[in-house]
Amino acid sequence: MNVVVCVKQVPDTTAEKRLDANLRLDRASVDNIINPFDEYAIEEGLRLQEAHGGEVTLLCMGTESAQETLRKGLAMGADRGVLVTDPALAGSDAWATSYVLAQALKRMSYDVILCGMQTTDSGTAQVPGGVAEFLGLPQLTWANKVEISDGKATIQRQSDAGYDVVEAPLPVVISVIKGINEPRYPSLKGIMQARRKELQIWSLGDLGISQGMVGVLGAKTKVLGYSRPAPRAKGQLIQENSQAAATMIADFLAQAKVL
Amino acid sequence: MSTTNDIWVYAELSGKEPKKIALELMSKARELAEAMGGSAAAVALGPGARTAAEKLAQHGASVVYVAEDERFGSVLATPHADALSGLIKEKSPRAVLFGATNSSKDIAARVSARLGLGVIADAISIQVNRNELHVVNPAFGGSLLVTSTFTDSNTAFIIARAKAFAAEERPKPLKIEELKPVYTEGPQARITGVVAQPEARVSLEEANVIVSGGRGLGAPENFKLVEELAAAFEAAVGASRAAVDAGWISYPHQVGQTGKTVKPKVYIACGISGAIQHKVGMQTSDIIIAINKDPDAPIFSFADLGVVGDLHEIVPLLAKEIRKRKGA
Ligand SMILES: Cc1cc2nc3c(=O)[nH]c(=O)nc-3n(C[C@H](O)[C@H](O)[C@H](O)COP(=O)(O)OP(=O)(O)OC[C@H]3O[C@@H](n4cnc5c(N)ncnc54)[C@H](O)[C@@H]3O)c2cc1C
Ligand SMILES: Nc1ncnc2c1ncn2[C@@H]1O[C@H](COP(=O)(O)O)[C@@H](O)[C@H]1O
Repeated sequence: MNVVVCVKQVPDTTAEKRLDANLRLDRASVDNIINPFDEYAIEEGLRLQEAHGGEVTLLCMGTESAQETLRKGLAMGADRGVLVTDPALAGSDAWATSYVLAQALKRMSYDVILCGMQTTDSGTAQVPGGVAEFLGLPQLTWANKVEISDGKATIQRQSDAGYDVVEAPLPVVISVIKGINEPRYPSLKGIMQARRKELQIWSLGDLGISQGMVGVLGAKTKVLGYSRPAPRAKGQLIQENSQAAATMIADFLAQAKVL
Repeated sequence: MSTTNDIWVYAELSGKEPKKIALELMSKARELAEAMGGSAAAVALGPGARTAAEKLAQHGASVVYVAEDERFGSVLATPHADALSGLIKEKSPRAVLFGATNSSKDIAARVSARLGLGVIADAISIQVNRNELHVVNPAFGGSLLVTSTFTDSNTAFIIARAKAFAAEERPKPLKIEELKPVYTEGPQARITGVVAQPEARVSLEEANVIVSGGRGLGAPENFKLVEELAAAFEAAVGASRAAVDAGWISYPHQVGQTGKTVKPKVYIACGISGAIQHKVGMQTSDIIIAINKDPDAPIFSFADLGVVGDLHEIVPLLAKEIRKRKGA
């Protein structure tokens, strides 16, 4: 059973973010990490491989620097990586990202496509469903548990009241939430092996996608400007005995008309 | 595809009721439609849609498109996408507003891919500016507020956060139009079981007050303190990732970058240091109160009221005080 895991490189949350003159994230100025949710997707892919055999391939659309993200996933144990990169991809929106990933997937072998539930930078949660739609596949999204048997996938899908059990025939797109597993750390051996693993680089031309469909040219949304919200001001700080502190909190809430 | 000036809401249901966020969006849709010279409509799919239509009309829907087919409750995303994309092709609304829920995001994703529509997610403000829709969303953990618009004249999709807009009653006469969706054939994701977990029932997004606990609680049994205080307020219980990862409380309670984004009137953080990844999930709360024994805890740099002290003493006393003042 072959698994493709979609992974994205995102800026570290703690890093200062700037938009450049084109109102795009100045990606060179920040430290990047693998999208945290995608680590859970990789872990789940590796577990499926351990149970069912086959290959785990990582797929990423991003800049050249995203190779680091792929190497990290390879160090965790994935077999090979594919990076779709092209200057014309800069400024792609959710639609374009889903479209490009779907076109790349058409050239790959998969029974299960795994995604994180969302990214921490754009965070639209639109890519898993978009990829599924472009490929004509069912989507099993927000999975907290995945089981594969008899040619179908069954998940526990997080809901407001608990979870729903949802099943679909393979091939299928699955997106995972944080609770699903505990991602493994790459071992030293894994890190060494990752350097020698296959990492293919595909351009838009390789995928037969015309430049006008994606990137800034194809984007269906555009950024007009941005501001930095005023940081939350530091409020009152009190240090009293515990009973006085409790009373002061209650007074504060009464004054704010919450009590 | 050139559109009308109508603004729609994809109104997600909870039984026979629209979800709270659907009413918030309905009010915003009515306001935007008025500004653009169009009308506001809602799309409600699933058993109970006809009953839910009444509340949507009360909140400003001139028309409610409904379909009550059972499959909306038993198949994920695809039948909804079929119904919605058919209707959009026929009527060409200017925009469709979706609530930021799992199911609505899934449906928006499929329809936007199918029809080639732009999506702006995580909206906290939508305005009409010279007949363009200007949408603001927080980016990169709320460190930037980005204003975006759409580049073409196709129907625009906007996914909005809970509580970004206020629900307001502005009754319109109830007008229901029944849909006859054409469903696509193909493999489907079928819902075969619905499991309720009372301990997982946390509508953090809807709560007015949230009491959250962190590693400072020290032990799993101490979550009782947080739960007791929450009960005194009729509040929801939140947690930091450290508390969730320690197994003291389940993941649906986690607030922050890899958990939920919340915006209650009051957020009370007990034994939470206020790391950036936690902060991004709760920094838009109206009032933040922090109880922490470390006077240098980062959370004190953005709490409206910081209380330096031992939560094991203060939290139970506060719960008692609240119960007393509420007369319970
Ligand atoms: C990719 C990534 C994603 C993350 N996502 C999230 C997320 O979604 N949500 C999240 O919360 N975190 C997230 N984190 C983790 C985050 O960085 C912090 O580690 C976490 O928020 C710390 O939790 P805490 O405040 O409970 O614990 P700590 O940082 O250990 O703080 C405990 C606090 O309790 C105080 N304390 C101890 N004893 C007492 C007492 N008796 N009375 C009063 N105060 C006491 C201490 O002074 C301390 O300030 C993420 C991290 C990463 C790397
Ligand atoms: N550029 C990308 N390359 C590879 N996978 C991506 C990319 N963008 C999004 N994804 C996948 O889609 C998921 C949801 O992302 P998003 O829809 O952007 O919130 C991520 O967790 C990834 O698994």
